[in-house]
Amino acid sequence: MILMEDVYKTYPNGVAALNGISVEIKQGEFVYIVGQSGAGKSTFIKLMYREEKPTSGKIIINDIELDKMKEKRVPFLRRDIGVVFQDFKLLPKLTVYENIAYALEVIEESPKSIRTRVLEVLDEVGLKNKARFLPAELSGGEQQRVSIARAIVNRPRIVIADEPTGNLDPDTSWEIMKTFEEINERGTTIIMATHSKDIVNTLKNRVIAIENGVIVRDEQRGEYGYEV
Amino acid sequence: MKFRTFTRHFREGTKNIFRNGWMTVASIGAVTTTLILVGVFLAIVFNLNEFAKNIESDVEIKVLVDLTTEKDDVLALGDKVKQIEGVERVYFSSNDEELESLINSMGEEGRAWELFEQDNPLNHAYVVQAADPQDTERIAEEIMGYDHVYDVNFGQDIVDKLFEFNNYARIVGLVLIAALVLTAVFLISNTIKITIIARSTEISIQKLVGATNGFIRWPFFVEGLILGVLGSIIPITVVLVGYQYVYDNVASQINISFVELLPFSPFAWYLALIILLIGATIGVWGSVMSVRKFLKV
Repeated sequence: MILMEDVYKTYPNGVAALNGISVEIKQGEFVYIVGQSGAGKSTFIKLMYREEKPTSGKIIINDIELDKMKEKRVPFLRRDIGVVFQDFKLLPKLTVYENIAYALEVIEESPKSIRTRVLEVLDEVGLKNKARFLPAELSGGEQQRVSIARAIVNRPRIVIADEPTGNLDPDTSWEIMKTFEEINERGTTIIMATHSKDIVNTLKNRVIAIENGVIVRDEQRGEYGYEV
Repeated sequence: MKFRTFTRHFREGTKNIFRNGWMTVASIGAVTTTLILVGVFLAIVFNLNEFAKNIESDVEIKVLVDLTTEKDDVLALGDKVKQIEGVERVYFSSNDEELESLINSMGEEGRAWELFEQDNPLNHAYVVQAADPQDTERIAEEIMGYDHVYDVNFGQDIVDKLFEFNNYARIVGLVLIAALVLTAVFLISNTIKITIIARSTEISIQKLVGATNGFIRWPFFVEGLILGVLGSIIPITVVLVGYQYVYDNVASQINISFVELLPFSPFAWYLALIILLIGATIGVWGSVMSVRKFLKV
């Protein structure tokens, strides 16, 4: 569960990105975050995995109160949150298999359980036959699926995606969205910032619209609501 | 830490050494230069200290007894001196013995003094040695206050001068070495910064998937340690070979009693160990400095 109460965020350079956000997202929800560029979507998302700290306000993620959390515990918070980016952020010199296994290696899983789990997750995203490929040898959609596989390999309760289809063509975008839906069906919360009107209006889910750092709209099965 | 994790950190750290190419060479070079100077300096300081100690342990107090003193009083004075706390050894040297040693010490010219054998103008003397050379001055002053004492001599001023010289040498050397150590640390931390920048994507992914800061830091720590240790190889060789050479060729040429070089073993090995430890410290210090700044969450 994610809970924000009256959250403000002002960056050191004086930019006020969030101006009093309160929201509750239950476990297993699929939520789109929409809004113009610079509206505060990215900041909103970064607060959840503690990339940024709020200037004031309360944030609770999976029963952990972030402002009372010790700095040392941050890595453990992140092990329960998978993050997917627009630019994939894969390591170019590692194979698909290694890129995914990496997420388990750094949390010191045993080689045996790493192997089992990586093959399992490759199967889930439909890339079992590409395990030995390097990222550069894959299409954009495939690369994004690798980064999704890496995000879910820890079995996190929350997956956060910052414009995951931003670099992909429409057909590929739909494949990616299908993958997210499957993950969501297994009970994982999905929070996705997006600029895609098509996706939001077709795959109906909760929509939170942010403008000038405040939530202006929060609807179950909402619409994109902006002209593209 | 699991052994598997440890070997991973070690592998990663070693990879970076090769990845950084010329920066690695530069920082190892800086450590090498520093450590050679540290080694030479330490060898000199330790030996100077040893000289000073040798001289100091040779320091004796010579108590000259008043010419007019009765025999009983001379003996009583000797007993009294023996009672002083910290006195190790006291022996009596009669005026005849004093004259004899004076004549002997002057060689040919000493013959002139033989005339005095009939009517010896010298004093009886007690030669006193302190258990701890540091007590020499205190004991000498105490004896000075006794009856029947004509004068008290001891070579403390020579020792003091030598210690003073040692102190100056040490300060100059330490300042020089501190500057060099800082340069080496700076170069190592720069080299590691390059590694960190080159691996910034990797590090951000590590953080994202929940690697602890300790886990992220370890490879850089290993890298610094290896740079430091590699930098100490040449200095250790130089010190071992050089000291052996100096010991074999120079030490035998010097015939002054207190100038005695410390024997090669174990001294040179201790020196090698100190150099290795300083190298490792410089490396780790450099890596900790650069990593701390870069890995703030």
